[in-house]
Amino acid sequence: MTALYPVLGIPLLGMPLLALLGSIDKAGKVNVYLNGAGFLASLWLAIEVFNNGPMTVAAGEFRIDAFNVYLVVLTTFVGLTTAIFSAPYMLNETRHGRLTPNRLRLYHTMYQGFMLAMLVVLTTNNMGVLWVAMEGATLATVLLVSLYRTPESVEAAWKYFILCGVGIAQALFGTVLLYFAAGQIGTGGLGMQWSVLFEHAAELNPTVLSLAFVFLLVGYGTKIGLVPLHNWLPDAHSEGPTPMSAILSGLLLNDALYAVVRCKMLVDGSTGTHMAGYLMMGFGLLSFLVAALFLHRQRDIKRLFSYSSIEHMGMMTFAFGLGGPLATFAALMHMTMHSLTKSAIFVTVGHAAQLAKTQQLEKIRGLIKTQPAIGWGLLIGTAAIAGFPPFGVFTSEFLVLTATMQQFPWLTPLLLIGIGIAFAGLFRYIQPVVYGAVPEGQHPISANLWPVAVHLILVLWMGLSIPGVLSNWFDQATQTIAGSSPL
Amino acid sequence: MNVLTNHSLYEQAILFIAALVVFTSFLMLAQKRLSSLVAVFAWQGLLLAATTALCAYTQQNPHLYTSALISLVLKGFLIPWMLLRLIVKFDMHREVESLLYPTYVMTAAAALVLFSYYVVLPIEQLSALATRNAIAVSLAVVLLGMLAMVSRRQAVAHVVGFMSIENGLFFAAVAATQGMPMVVEIGIAFDVLVAAVVFGVFFFHIRESIDSLDVDRLNRLSEVDR
Repeated sequence: MTALYPVLGIPLLGMPLLALLGSIDKAGKVNVYLNGAGFLASLWLAIEVFNNGPMTVAAGEFRIDAFNVYLVVLTTFVGLTTAIFSAPYMLNETRHGRLTPNRLRLYHTMYQGFMLAMLVVLTTNNMGVLWVAMEGATLATVLLVSLYRTPESVEAAWKYFILCGVGIAQALFGTVLLYFAAGQIGTGGLGMQWSVLFEHAAELNPTVLSLAFVFLLVGYGTKIGLVPLHNWLPDAHSEGPTPMSAILSGLLLNDALYAVVRCKMLVDGSTGTHMAGYLMMGFGLLSFLVAALFLHRQRDIKRLFSYSSIEHMGMMTFAFGLGGPLATFAALMHMTMHSLTKSAIFVTVGHAAQLAKTQQLEKIRGLIKTQPAIGWGLLIGTAAIAGFPPFGVFTSEFLVLTATMQQFPWLTPLLLIGIGIAFAGLFRYIQPVVYGAVPEGQHPISANLWPVAVHLILVLWMGLSIPGVLSNWFDQATQTIAGSSPL
Repeated sequence: MNVLTNHSLYEQAILFIAALVVFTSFLMLAQKRLSSLVAVFAWQGLLLAATTALCAYTQQNPHLYTSALISLVLKGFLIPWMLLRLIVKFDMHREVESLLYPTYVMTAAAALVLFSYYVVLPIEQLSALATRNAIAVSLAVVLLGMLAMVSRRQAVAHVVGFMSIENGLFFAAVAATQGMPMVVEIGIAFDVLVAAVVFGVFFFHIRESIDSLDVDRLNRLSEVDR
């Protein structure tokens, strides 16, 4: 008996349970308990992997190693804290008449469905199942984006569905090509298992794998939100309910990047060149710079932060593309830091929007005077995501810069300029939002800022000193991906 | 591989069906009526099921028969039937859509087919004629599906384009790799089915919000100030 079964079983049972209970007032609490249980199970799984090393479950259909187990823990943790935020928030939305009980039921059911899809993406060893789960995540979230049924949200959901659906179809083509390449060396039905492919990577035909990687990168890259395939992302984030934005930004993007990195490991083993890395660097850098510029022309607070997500995902893709141990370590750490910080920010933004009754940046003013907790939360979160020391994002960005200096010194100025532009873009809007004159009739609301505090304290802690357990963990994951240790 | 026993006949049959599949994709680009568009899509689904069954027969592979059955039911009948029902319900079965730049679209489509063959060229040394063609054809079907989505404005046409992309991928899986593992195929079929249902739900939402299914009118969200 391994902890993998409860990790996957809890959301699987949670779906029908919440489909039954979803519309009652306590459903949010049930969702919290389910996610809490999932988090504990994932910790158990992490300890198992920590003690025994990589393991395969169910005839090799699932495979857990240092790389994915840490993302499993991160996924369930962000899932839990977002659920804690979501329970009172969604109830509040229902009271304001923006939601009907049936839509609340749909929301809670699909929350669990999304968690299940994400966890399957991370733990499966089968590239085909990975694709199926990734598409499943789209299907679970698409109706949530249009939960409010405003014309804007329907439009956003349609775009999300079509763009991600077509995008991810490319990834399936890439997966078929992988399987085709495996068929050439006679692996039979096992040719879709990642571990088998990885073991035989050197024998796989490099031409086919290079072609496959292009399709895989475009496909999963659509989900990461890489420019120019990013159009769905700001729309889906800004129009859906806020807890959705938090888990989309904190989890879905990471898991799509995880899929790309797994594919890159296969392709690198086969081609022996840096082709996959260069592609990822190019796409990553482009996304990073374009998103940083787009930060300057936003009018919606959630759109603003979703562009910041694209920017950070671009940086991570770039860092994984660089590929050395240091860059990989930095990218892994940046993944964690960005998830924690960005979901904390979206939680705060959700409260801010409820307080100001609008998402328009020009109309949200004086948060720090009306409700200091929300104001400070937003300010500190923005400082953290913009890469201020002493927060963890600074550390990971610094490591990315160091790695770039070592390998491609001439790219460092581009990264620095991008960070500067993004910083200016965020603060030109957030400064008046936090400090501006309070509009009349703005009152504090009941807000639960525990998740924000916990996330930001973790980010601060990891900026000051990475705990030994965690650095060891990142180190093991880096060894899995890059082959050697940065420490 | 026991494909080799009826090597040439099998290859010829696959090539023939591959040509028909691309032909249906071209037909889709040119259909002005939504109901005939859905009919062409159903034909494509039937061809796909036929390919899978053929593959299953030559290989004596029972799981491919299941896969053929799934394709037949899902792509040949269920999804086209759902789409047709919606078209009738929304009273769009008599509407004739004017296609934008039909000549350019057709030329572009021909170019895309050539491009697909060009992309697959490096795989040439690896495999049999049929496999190579199958990969090129499925890539072409994927790209033509995208072209259909770009050149149309009706939400229903977008869904048909989307589903035909899925058909192209399935064709590659069956003809080039003799079918994917069962669990993956069932998973994909499940995703396609759920996607079809969700699309159906969306038609109602879109109609409610813009009072038509012309997706060009979904233009509220953009970065440009208006």
